[in-house]
Amino acid sequence: MKARTLFDKLWDSHVVKQLPNGTALLYIDRHLIHEVTSPQAFDGLRLAGRKIHSPEAMMAVIDHNVPTTDRNQPIEEGESRHQIEVLEKNVKEFGVPFIPLKSERQGIVHVVGPEEGITLPGMTIVCGDSHTSTHGAFGSLAFGIGTSEVEHVMATQTLLQKPAKNLKINIEGNLKPGVSAKDIILAVIGKIGTAGGTEYVIEFIGSVVRNLDMAGRMTLCNMAIEAGARAGIIAPDEVTFEYVKGRPFSPKGKDFDEAVVYWKSLASDEGAYYDKIIEINVNNLEPMVTWGTSPEDVISIQGKVPDPENLKDESQRKRKKRMLDYMDLKAGQPIAGTKIDAVFIGSCTNSRIEDFRAAAHILKGQKIADHIWGLAVPGSGLVKKQAESEGLDKIFKDAGFEWRESGCSMCLAMNPDRLEPGQRCASTSNRNFEGRQGPGSRTHLVSPAMAAAAAIKGELTDVREMI
Amino acid sequence: MRKFDSLTAIAASLPEENIDTDKIIPARFLKTIKRSGLGKFAFYSWRYDDAGNERKDFVLNREPYRKAEILISYENFGCGSSREHAPWALLDFGIRCVIAPSFADIFYNNAFKNGILPIKLSREICEQLVEDTKMGANARITVDLVHQEITRPDGEKIEFEIDLLRRQLLLEGLDDIGQTMQYVHSIENFEKKRKEKQPWFPEIKIEKLLS
Repeated sequence: MKARTLFDKLWDSHVVKQLPNGTALLYIDRHLIHEVTSPQAFDGLRLAGRKIHSPEAMMAVIDHNVPTTDRNQPIEEGESRHQIEVLEKNVKEFGVPFIPLKSERQGIVHVVGPEEGITLPGMTIVCGDSHTSTHGAFGSLAFGIGTSEVEHVMATQTLLQKPAKNLKINIEGNLKPGVSAKDIILAVIGKIGTAGGTEYVIEFIGSVVRNLDMAGRMTLCNMAIEAGARAGIIAPDEVTFEYVKGRPFSPKGKDFDEAVVYWKSLASDEGAYYDKIIEINVNNLEPMVTWGTSPEDVISIQGKVPDPENLKDESQRKRKKRMLDYMDLKAGQPIAGTKIDAVFIGSCTNSRIEDFRAAAHILKGQKIADHIWGLAVPGSGLVKKQAESEGLDKIFKDAGFEWRESGCSMCLAMNPDRLEPGQRCASTSNRNFEGRQGPGSRTHLVSPAMAAAAAIKGELTDVREMI
Repeated sequence: MRKFDSLTAIAASLPEENIDTDKIIPARFLKTIKRSGLGKFAFYSWRYDDAGNERKDFVLNREPYRKAEILISYENFGCGSSREHAPWALLDFGIRCVIAPSFADIFYNNAFKNGILPIKLSREICEQLVEDTKMGANARITVDLVHQEITRPDGEKIEFEIDLLRRQLLLEGLDDIGQTMQYVHSIENFEKKRKEKQPWFPEIKIEKLLS
């Protein structure tokens, strides 16, 4: 048989029917939903008198809108409350498995799926959210879809798709202390650009990837979408199986052993064809930080803000100049030392227990600068509980952070956690777009350790000086 | 879904790369449970000042571009979030066609589902079309999906490529769920075979989530 990539195998094993022009009807194993991108899909089903094909393939959770303060208080913002109530009503009417807001298992959909063992290797997983790419860390084909496609999956358990091209990113070398998966993926996006992965599925491969824990792998795949890729994937291995084992929805006993045999067969074959291969060596990788309003505008913490005048293309030059203006930065200034107002540790990129451990390691016994608003938001109730059992909450609180309930929080400013216009934030989230953390907000994307270091110093700083 | 066959309309340009979906519609306007009425939020931070007044220097606030139905832009249009609110906002504003050198994957899919035609043309041609949009009331372009060609204001014709299946759905204004439903037997067969091959494949039980 022809040598195949991990993506080829995931694709082939889910084709229900081949249609003309290369389009295929692709079977979807898991459909995760949240309150923001599902109401119109439920409405569509209702209007057409359709049912959900397989509710037992679904999981619903509330994450985008929810305040991260006291869960016992009513949700003040009327539209948010309404959207949440509509989801609660819809899951009941259509029989969709749902984690209630007050459950300790509630959290960000991309944290909860893996945590529950709902995300498993070898699956196709979709959600009306671009960061669905996160689940690719398990060796699943996972990607974000729009609401019309959400409705399509609800009604048919399939999607009309064309195969993606294969892009291999081989990551080798030794990570230096203070450098993490977040820095790797920021560097990758800086190298290939926000459209560098368009039409591709990125397979992350190499010794560095194999040595990452699942949290790090999820961070890599989470931001594959910021490189424009349809998905990011990593072949499942012992680290994956160890993570998956014993989770509520993971197969048990003999079933698990059988599943592992299948999962082991998924790795790309020797000699499989990739449309493109990129080699990354991390030996000299430094902690990264974004300076502009696209994740590709990234430099080392030791770097200087690039000068747009050096760009040949006029529209590029104009755009980058506007970025500098928006970010209130000057070409040529060292990025370290840039004063910040807030620090956000959370989001589907970096809100797992490992992320809080990394930040707590820096924060232990320290205080954050007086002028800093520090926000620590666990990715799920279970992450929060675990952190508290390890005493991490105390480290954060003693340092001056607010320790919150789980949710998407200040990643996207559609809940009460947001910046004021002009405020600058070191953030562990995934997008530094204009206005992403609130109208006029300025975002610098960094790793959890870098965020903690910035909080202590009150400015962007090299975390390696604190370890 | 509204059909799309041929359209002659005012074209406006946003000649920039990487126009993201947060730019097309910021997250704080995603709290609706409807598809309609989002046009007033389209390009919010570009269209309105901090007090909520229209910025006169923004192209879509000026005549005749307020009535633009065709939008010309540059690489990676629609990058970022998967929100279908982006095409909903464009459609509600009146945009039926976006022309750019490249699109982000999810936005590209979402556009078709809403009767918006995204057309990929080279950067060079897009730059020429951007020039065409500066002609005020004469900035009229024809987009003909039947013959897969664009007619510039000076009458020059430009061909474009498009996937045949997507073209057919747009031309007929078809709901693709109905199309897929005809394969329900194939879907059920797939499920049956999977149960045989992977009996361990777990289902998500409501009770177990609530425990």
